[in-house]
Amino acid sequence: MRLTGWGRKPAVDAEVFAPYSIPDLRSRFPRARFRGIPRGNGRSYGDSALAPQVLSSRRLDRFLAFDAETGVLRCEAGVLLADILDVFVPRGWFLHATPGTKLISVGGAIASDVHGKSHHLEGCFSRHVERFSLMLADGGMVDCSKTQHADLFRATCGGMGLTGFILEATLRLKPIRSAYLRETTFKADDLDHALSLFAEQSGAPYSVAWIDCLATGPRLGRSLLMTGDFIDDGRLHGTAKTPLSVPVDTPGFALNRYSVTAFNALYYHRVRGRQRERVVHFDPFFYPLDGIGHWNRIYGKSGFTQYQFVIPKASGAAGIEEVLQRIAASKRGSFLAVLKTFGPANGNPLSFPMEGYTLALDFRLEPGLLPFLEELDRIVLDHGGRLYLTKDVRMSAETFRAGYPRWKEFQDLRRKYGADTTFRSLQSERLGL
Amino acid sequence: MQKILIIGATSAIAQATARRFAGRGDRLYLLGRDFDRLEALAQDLRIRGAESVDCANFEAENFAGHPALLDQAYETLGGIDVALIAHGTLPDQRACEQSFDEALRELNVNAIGTLSLLTHLANRMEQQGNGTLAVVSSPAGDRGRQSNYVYGAAKAMVTVFCQGLRNRLFGSGVRVLIIKPGFVDTPMTAAFEKGMLWAQPERIAAGIEKAIGKGADSVYLPGFWALIMLMIRSIPETVFKRLKL
Repeated sequence: MRLTGWGRKPAVDAEVFAPYSIPDLRSRFPRARFRGIPRGNGRSYGDSALAPQVLSSRRLDRFLAFDAETGVLRCEAGVLLADILDVFVPRGWFLHATPGTKLISVGGAIASDVHGKSHHLEGCFSRHVERFSLMLADGGMVDCSKTQHADLFRATCGGMGLTGFILEATLRLKPIRSAYLRETTFKADDLDHALSLFAEQSGAPYSVAWIDCLATGPRLGRSLLMTGDFIDDGRLHGTAKTPLSVPVDTPGFALNRYSVTAFNALYYHRVRGRQRERVVHFDPFFYPLDGIGHWNRIYGKSGFTQYQFVIPKASGAAGIEEVLQRIAASKRGSFLAVLKTFGPANGNPLSFPMEGYTLALDFRLEPGLLPFLEELDRIVLDHGGRLYLTKDVRMSAETFRAGYPRWKEFQDLRRKYGADTTFRSLQSERLGL
Repeated sequence: MQKILIIGATSAIAQATARRFAGRGDRLYLLGRDFDRLEALAQDLRIRGAESVDCANFEAENFAGHPALLDQAYETLGGIDVALIAHGTLPDQRACEQSFDEALRELNVNAIGTLSLLTHLANRMEQQGNGTLAVVSSPAGDRGRQSNYVYGAAKAMVTVFCQGLRNRLFGSGVRVLIIKPGFVDTPMTAAFEKGMLWAQPERIAAGIEKAIGKGADSVYLPGFWALIMLMIRSIPETVFKRLKL
């Protein structure tokens, strides 16, 4: 079966195993000859869920137990965050940590140790995972938590599927009293202004900024900062709108620096005053692009990559500014540029977030892009930062090792459990894991 | 709240449909071959909001056992508003050509078993004066093709039987819905390379729920299969017999 990541490049003809139950996995999965990677809903951008053989969790999609008192949910690894929200928001529960798409599996959320607009207060997805069960390379199934097989727990959270196959997980949900949030939008004239707004708003449960990457000179870093907080009006039933979809590939030329400049200017000036408040449903607030099916097609057939990095707080503004200047000078428009602050790092060897600032940018894959991104890598590494593995499709092994100094510990653990020869992706091969 | 019997409940299409029913708070009774999988699905459906979910083992070929099983379902649910019949296998056409035993077994599962269930259910619903029989048939039953005519023949039998039943029950308050899903990405079709025409079971499930709600007679799902099958049916046999389909 032909598979790609969300960025649509590269494509691989893979042999896909999709067991529908644990007994089915035990009886039909050819473990001895398997050399490949677990895969959830295929929403990581690059090649982290691609290999000639793929073990898919998509049919392991059942809820197993729910405690309505405590909000503790046990479910199989292929359950999507969207399924959890569909079922539990009407009962007053939400996710503690959610990325900008709900179309990812629970297993994938753990393997990427995803973060969201609440990271500064709530940390990564793994903080709210009580335990999960993992199939190891030898077929053994072990329960992992912060106290049981803690080394495997830590390495698997953020471990990109390279330690084993997650079968099921137990998560804590977060009580809410409305499906709606109060969203406040602030206009920031430049980068310093945006970062000081983040500092001022650090008590807001959710925050994120959209940067206009094509604004230059004194307006560098011009952005809209949005904060949100669930209200408590008791309206738990959401609106179900018909989703839009991008039916076909947009011609490659439709997104160019003129159209992106125009879009960004319109987007910025849509907010008229310095500040705007409104009440919005959680769907457009957290998942604005999930409303548009196949939005990855707008970059055309050549595919795209998302470049997301973090720079530690200590060298924050300077590093972000340097990257923004380089992008503005290159005239490579980014449709999306999202800035966010991270709280402290957790103890997982490959989890991406560290205390500081993260910026995510989309680029169409086109000639000249790769050398340009290597220039950006150098800036990020010089400032002590690193790149997000879940978005990556091209970083070198050197860049990876410099950004993730605990890679060796991770690799040793994989060897200990025999995972290094069994669980491999195109990405892990490229990164020398 | 509706009282719904689902036969072949662990099939991907039935499971996706059951989840929609569970989300509405319906009362469900599941029949299927593999009890462990039924139990796992039942628990999933309870968490999703079903008022209650019970399940029991069922063999499509064990015709003699059907009445007792259906009685049990009736009693547990306290009547049946909708019966969704979705069990089935995808025969190995080649094996059926080589062995009539194999072909007969497939016909028993995919056709005769369904007819047996329908006969009992139709009589009970006729007595109660309402209800919907929703039966998963297939576009494969619209025309015989070399690649799957055993399966096609079974589904053609189901389709024609349902048409007759609908005709008989007209005016009794009982509806008969024939569901013809096109290519659906399920474990049953795992061996096929998937292209443009393939749909996810969730999409079929949404179509089934809608068709039951509307009281439709027959639906192709997704809808574009109506057009494809119109073309397939309209090819003259002198031409059709030469095609590799």
